[in-house]
Amino acid sequence: MTTNPVPQPFFPGEHRRPVRAGASRWKTVPAPAEFPLRHVRASEVPKVHIQGISLSYGSAAGSRLLALDNIDLQVKPGEFLCIVGPSGCGKSTLLHLIAGLHQPTSGQVLVDGKVADGPGTDRILIFQELGLFPWLTVGENVEFGMKMKGIAKAERIERTQQYLRLVHLAQFKNSYIHQLSGGMRQRVALARALASEPDVLLMDEPFAALDAQTRDLLHDELERIWAETGRTIIFVTHNVREAVRLGDRVALLTFRPGRVKREFSVNLPRPRQLEDVTVAKAAREILDELREEINKSLEVEYGLEEVRA
Amino acid sequence: MKRFAKHAIFYSVLIGVWLLLAKLKLWPPYLFPTPQSVLESMRAGFADHSFWIAISVSMRRMLLGYALSVVLGMVLGLGVASNKFMEETMGGLLVSLQSLPSICWLPLAVLWFGLTEKAILFVVVMGSLLSVTIAMEDGRKQMPRIYAMAGRNLGARGFRLFWYVLLPASLPFIVSGLKQGWAFAWRSLISGEMIFVSLGLGQLLMMGRDLNDMSQVLAVMILIVAIGYVVDGLVFRTVERRLHQKWGLAPAA
Repeated sequence: MTTNPVPQPFFPGEHRRPVRAGASRWKTVPAPAEFPLRHVRASEVPKVHIQGISLSYGSAAGSRLLALDNIDLQVKPGEFLCIVGPSGCGKSTLLHLIAGLHQPTSGQVLVDGKVADGPGTDRILIFQELGLFPWLTVGENVEFGMKMKGIAKAERIERTQQYLRLVHLAQFKNSYIHQLSGGMRQRVALARALASEPDVLLMDEPFAALDAQTRDLLHDELERIWAETGRTIIFVTHNVREAVRLGDRVALLTFRPGRVKREFSVNLPRPRQLEDVTVAKAAREILDELREEINKSLEVEYGLEEVRA
Repeated sequence: MKRFAKHAIFYSVLIGVWLLLAKLKLWPPYLFPTPQSVLESMRAGFADHSFWIAISVSMRRMLLGYALSVVLGMVLGLGVASNKFMEETMGGLLVSLQSLPSICWLPLAVLWFGLTEKAILFVVVMGSLLSVTIAMEDGRKQMPRIYAMAGRNLGARGFRLFWYVLLPASLPFIVSGLKQGWAFAWRSLISGEMIFVSLGLGQLLMMGRDLNDMSQVLAVMILIVAIGYVVDGLVFRTVERRLHQKWGLAPAA
């Protein structure tokens, strides 16, 4: 008797098996073991532990709007975690909470096992709008975090130089932000964040507004810098391919309230490219799950409009 | 160059008309002096140091009073902007108080401080404090929130957050208010000095009146305008231009 070959999914973190012996239908089950990823030292305290984070707002109607619902995520030291979800799922808000810029309604963020409430220079956020200071030069922007930390001038200058070289902007040290292109600004923001030498780098859709060529280049640079500096990165994006291109792991958030729908491990060899067939294939699987959430978000955004009209 | 030529023509005509009216002797010369006698008063004033002394006394009061009102105004403005209750209550009061000419504070100041420097400083501070406060409040509200968040994210707290982030971030929004504050302070100072006799440009003006010396009155008036113009044109406009260039708000000239 021949058994039907079950199409195995791309992700090593899961496994499909027939519902019954010899049956043609199959179901997905978690794979028993997961092999350790590059950079990730298993069996350690998670670098960042997001513990049952919920956030609700008071809406205009007086009712509470639940934005994030019991989010639980663990990020290992040196891991690159990508968070994807439809727009409005609260993924940017989640990053702000991890950065300590807002307080969750319940739950807490642990860094190295210790509660982190409030901003700390161990977690630096790169904002979607970057938030570079236009009144400072590129060099002074990069220096800013170190200055706030009280690092001596001589060391600040040296490190500024070092991080500007890392992002290939050493010759723009004395330029002002408005004189730079979008991609260059992005790299200044990266250098500014790295210069404070945070353990955790939080990135909020940093490449969303860039043209494709610049974005590809910055993907390469980010991957290289991540490998060189060994930082832990939590990267929020709505672009699934980008998430697969960069991440060790991809967490998928649902739409309103934001919950972790599923986590995918991406065990593809690095360096990867956005056009890699393997990347595209992996992205398709995540996208299939994401589509449902996108539809929900469209329903809310367009549906409500129709009701109001 | 074309602009300069226009100015040259305009002022030649203006002075020409003035000269003509003076030569016609429609009014006695002590009421309507010639340009030459005003020039002569100007020269004499600088020669016997009385103008220099008046300028230095007035400028000292001005700088002290303005500095005080900038510091106070920034603290007050930030306080009002960061507190909803203050904003709703004090915000309205500040705007309505602005319609009060600051010289109206002089009687109160004289009663409180006597005929001292403190009284005149008080009038100067009241002249510009409100403009600076309102400008700072506006600036704090207009300033994109991202800068404060980015600053906190990079480890800036308390005074350092204010000094290194909030203040520079709000500068383009408050510089016009600071300029207006300076102009108000200047006017308050001169009117204060006119009523309140103790050195300074305003007093020089009143002295000219007491001596029936119209040339001196006109010379001091020209001086007051000139100083106001120089500070506005050289100091504030330069600051504004450089700020805009730095931020990329205007094309570099």
